Amino acid sequence: MVAVSTELTVDEVRELAAAVVDPEIPVLTIEDLGVLRSVDRDPDGRIVVTITPTYSGCPAMDVITADIRGTLAEHGAGEVEVRTVLAPAWTTDWMSEQGKRKLVEYGIAPPGERHGAGGPVLLELAPRCPRCGSGRTRLVSRFGSTACKSIYSCQDCLEPFDHFKAI
Amino acid sequence: MTVPTSPASTVELAPPVQYVLRLGDDALVLAQRLGEWSAKAPELEEDVALTNIALDLLGQARALLSHAGRLEDAGRDEDALAFLRDERDWVNVQLVEQPGGDFADTIARQLFFSAYQYELYGRLVDSVDETLAAVAAKAVKEVTYHRDHAAQWVVRLGDGTEVSHARMQAGLERMWPYVGELFVSDELERGLAGQRIAVDSAKLRAPWRQFVDDVVAEATLSITEGLWTAPGGGRRGIHTESFGYLLAEMQHLHRSYPGARW
Repeated sequence: MVAVSTELTVDEVRELAAAVVDPEIPVLTIEDLGVLRSVDRDPDGRIVVTITPTYSGCPAMDVITADIRGTLAEHGAGEVEVRTVLAPAWTTDWMSEQGKRKLVEYGIAPPGERHGAGGPVLLELAPRCPRCGSGRTRLVSRFGSTACKSIYSCQDCLEPFDHFKAI
Repeated sequence: MTVPTSPASTVELAPPVQYVLRLGDDALVLAQRLGEWSAKAPELEEDVALTNIALDLLGQARALLSHAGRLEDAGRDEDALAFLRDERDWVNVQLVEQPGGDFADTIARQLFFSAYQYELYGRLVDSVDETLAAVAAKAVKEVTYHRDHAAQWVVRLGDGTEVSHARMQAGLERMWPYVGELFVSDELERGLAGQRIAVDSAKLRAPWRQFVDDVVAEATLSITEGLWTAPGGGRRGIHTESFGYLLAEMQHLHRSYPGARW
């Protein structure tokens, strides 16, 4: 079999894929989020990019897949497969510290500490207001503008804000 | 003209395929029911919450139906299974197909079903079927939020005004007859549980009841014992009156425009 030629190395592909942003939170890359799991070359020489969804029904996955294909095609990568895996299940623990800082700057409170699988989610500490930094915040709804967020409001500056749920 | 051969009826399929379809059908039918609240919930936050829960369930359903299709190995994908099966080939429990016209009915259905899914997925993470285990590990985190959401509403409505209390109590009584079916394990399920593929749902009843009783007590409501019990049969393709209408709405577009894509 003729080897599949591609001008890009696995590392270069990884760098390109890592820069793809979440269409719903465009300040975060899929690497910041922990959605990008791996970039490898399979035995046939084809590059395989593996991603994992934040939530089972996350509608951003189709866009992310298309964006990875798009950017790699633009840069002349050969045949690329984008594979979605469910295991191990995504957790907010995989979000990078840089990602958390970017979230605050964007006005979204980052996920706090997680209390173990099946643990008491209710015990998650109230997040700080990303606008004024106050710790006096109130949960408005456990479900926000996307599956991964809940809605809080600040009792000091009175602004509502999104919080990235710890899961 | 060639007459296409119709796929085997669900209850004739291999046990693992049937089992995965049961879980997938539960999730998809409830997602469809919850989607009915889109733009109609009592408040904006609730509109967002119920449709987010629907989206989680839809995601679980897509993974499960795709897996069932691969196990069946007869060329049916998630769309074929979702849109091209008739009523008797759906094996969801009857609870999830019940109309949730009153908000309290929807919340009662959510409490009972999400508490069941919580117990189920929490154990299915140990399935030897790696795909089922992966779906469960992902879904149990989502369902934890669904269960919590339902519990908060039951308490808020039950321990609220005279009217909200009466309607929440009526909601519990409206859904209670369909609860029994969740915990009936048949031969198929017990067989798969013995192979550590499935979870024996009869074993989920006690922890489920503990959770529900605690929520209901905190809400100053009660479970009325001695209500009638629905005869069930959802796992064998027997459904209640409103289910055909739900399918008609859900499948209409795909059947009218075969292969339609967004």
